Amino acid sequence: MALSTVGVIFSHINDANLPELSRHRTTASVPFGGRYRFIDFALSNMVNAGITTVGLVTKNNYQSLIDHLGSGKDWDLARKDGGIILLPPYSDETESLYSTRLEALMGITGFLNHRSEDYVVISDCDGIARFDIADIVRYHEEKQADITMVYHEESKKVNSSYYITLSPDETGRVRELKINPKTKGKFALYVNVMVMSREFLIDTISNAVTRGFSSFGRDILTKNVDTLRIFGYKFDGYYAAVTSLRDYFAHSMELLDKRVRDELFGARDIYTKVRDSAPSKYLEGAKVRDSLISDGCLIEGTVENSILFRGVRIGKGCVVKNSIVMQDSILGEGAKLDYVITDKNVVVRDGRVLSGCAELPYFIPKGRML
Amino acid sequence: MIRKKECVAMLLAGGQGSRLYALTNDIAKPAVAFGAKYRIIDFPLSNCINSGIDTVGVLTQYEPLELNEYIGNGQPWDLDRVYGGVHILSPYQAKKKQSWFEGTANAIYQNLHFMKKYDPDYVLILSGDHIYKMNYAEMLRAHKATGADCTIAAIEVPMKEASRFGILNTNADGSIYGFEEKPKNPKSNLASMGIYIFTASKLFAYLEADDADPNSSKDFGKDVLPAMLAAGEKLFSYRFEGYWKDVGTISSLWESNMDLLGKNPAFDVSAPDWKIHSRNPLAPPEYVGDGAVLENSLVALGCEIEGTVVNSVLAASVVVEKGATVRDSVIMANTVIRSGATVEYSIIDENVTVEQGAQVGEPKASGGGIAVLGRGIVIGAGARVGGGSILDKDVKGV
Repeated sequence: MALSTVGVIFSHINDANLPELSRHRTTASVPFGGRYRFIDFALSNMVNAGITTVGLVTKNNYQSLIDHLGSGKDWDLARKDGGIILLPPYSDETESLYSTRLEALMGITGFLNHRSEDYVVISDCDGIARFDIADIVRYHEEKQADITMVYHEESKKVNSSYYITLSPDETGRVRELKINPKTKGKFALYVNVMVMSREFLIDTISNAVTRGFSSFGRDILTKNVDTLRIFGYKFDGYYAAVTSLRDYFAHSMELLDKRVRDELFGARDIYTKVRDSAPSKYLEGAKVRDSLISDGCLIEGTVENSILFRGVRIGKGCVVKNSIVMQDSILGEGAKLDYVITDKNVVVRDGRVLSGCAELPYFIPKGRML
Repeated sequence: MIRKKECVAMLLAGGQGSRLYALTNDIAKPAVAFGAKYRIIDFPLSNCINSGIDTVGVLTQYEPLELNEYIGNGQPWDLDRVYGGVHILSPYQAKKKQSWFEGTANAIYQNLHFMKKYDPDYVLILSGDHIYKMNYAEMLRAHKATGADCTIAAIEVPMKEASRFGILNTNADGSIYGFEEKPKNPKSNLASMGIYIFTASKLFAYLEADDADPNSSKDFGKDVLPAMLAAGEKLFSYRFEGYWKDVGTISSLWESNMDLLGKNPAFDVSAPDWKIHSRNPLAPPEYVGDGAVLENSLVALGCEIEGTVVNSVLAASVVVEKGATVRDSVIMANTVIRSGATVEYSIIDENVTVEQGAQVGEPKASGGGIAVLGRGIVIGAGARVGGGSILDKDVKGV
């Protein structure tokens, strides 16, 4: 089914939540789950819904994102019409780069004007979930909504520096919408995925320009909650908001639970960049338990309760527990790691002992040699 | 505008591979899975692109559907090109006649138009049933340096096995004075690898002559090469030293898979300087559970391993449940080994289910043969499949 919907993904808007991991990259290209980047989930959800055009809003540090996406072919998004369209900031010398989501949307009106799809789905990258976007668009049509916002019921405190909670009534209509409220008990957290008609979005943006609005949440959503038909779409599945390094660690470890893996990877494919790594090799003396191992790894030591990305080498006598080891990192003989996150291309020399704790995993930045 | 390719590769992929029995019941031999994530044809295709050869004709005949689908537009090998790239060449119906490919030379002859379109100076002939890494560009350099009309890649094999191969008798400078297909009493142990570089004009002329000869069996080894030798053309050998294995039999396929294991394997697919490209499975990383034992093995994405896996090669999304044991075996994609089942010294094709407590094969040390299970079959709970059995039908449980 061809869904008349175009996707827009904000690649960077939550960079501040993950300063360690987004130092050299956008949130969109933060590695996750052994062989993926955050954006793979947002993109795959769109592709699996039949969306063939995705505009990718970028601001800075997007080299790693471009490298990851290439032509878009690995997501089936190398298309004659559409595909992945990078939308870097548009500005002339007199203007500074945008700083809010609304200003970013103002910068992509050209893209929106040139499309012909009926709907736009706008998504961030820091939520790991299997959204059925086709169903969300159906719901949006059925409710004749102006804006449909996807929410997930949460009860834990939100770590993000900016978040929105919704109060939908029994029909789904959102009657109240709060920005960064103190939460108590169960609440409906907006998961940063929304649907509008393209026309409505274009009108809203041009209206905002003439009135000098700058915040989508404050100036458009909260102010107009009574007049606009804003609907909440309840998402019941597994949803991981990665809004801090601690979240990142905890949600990564949830992947060791088969139910979570089945939900994220079971029904439809999650696409990612193909690297043509060799299969992983387990050598004599390797001891691996309760771990996710990506391709291209060479394992001679002990790995427990951990996630290894592509091309990781674990030396003889090395013991890795409760850790996340990113692409092409090398852990030397006899090294011991507990509650450690290594970014890409980290080298831990023979015999080094490193440890953090669940609340504060020890983070080793990209390319560091210890 | 350049409308020319210096060298075009023609890959013979039509073989049935009858000695692989159940594994090639409905796929061509080059499509047989190898090394956890590869298929045999990945090796010649990767060699081509790594050697800078970007125009490849793949000649298919026997059960081509899966192979065609696997190759697709050639994108996994970077062979989706505006000009050139990979092309599937099947037998076709022509105005004057219609015919299956009748021999290796006839298969190439029937695709003369494909080669001529690229106006090549050289044609590289490959076969789709060997596992090796080879830089064809170096072989082409040698071909040009010797001024040969045909260069044949050759490797030394143990003398006692020489009668299984096409044997080259060469002078000190590498020039060939004799060629014998599977000789009873081989004069040398220099075996043809079935890899030829021809100067294109010579190839075209000899193929046309061969086609006109009613007594010819239309085979390179039996007809074309001997005819060229007899006519005094320059044939040279090109010595290859390195790993090369014909995986045309159950035991050689098993051995070649095992050659990938260990820290210093006989054959290394992970070397970054000569990547083996393949169509990658879309699967999450493999999960290794609590209580799993995983030693000296190669494991592809998507596997879920809760049992014991030793000295084995597991392709994508294989499941080994708790209490199951897989030893000295090659397991192809999506196969499930249920709890308490044992698999020893076996090759198990895709989508097979070995139910609880079933026993497939016998320990390698017991001296029996390799058990082979064809794709999609179910071995019922508690059933026993003896060493050396080759099955392509379900076995009821007991």
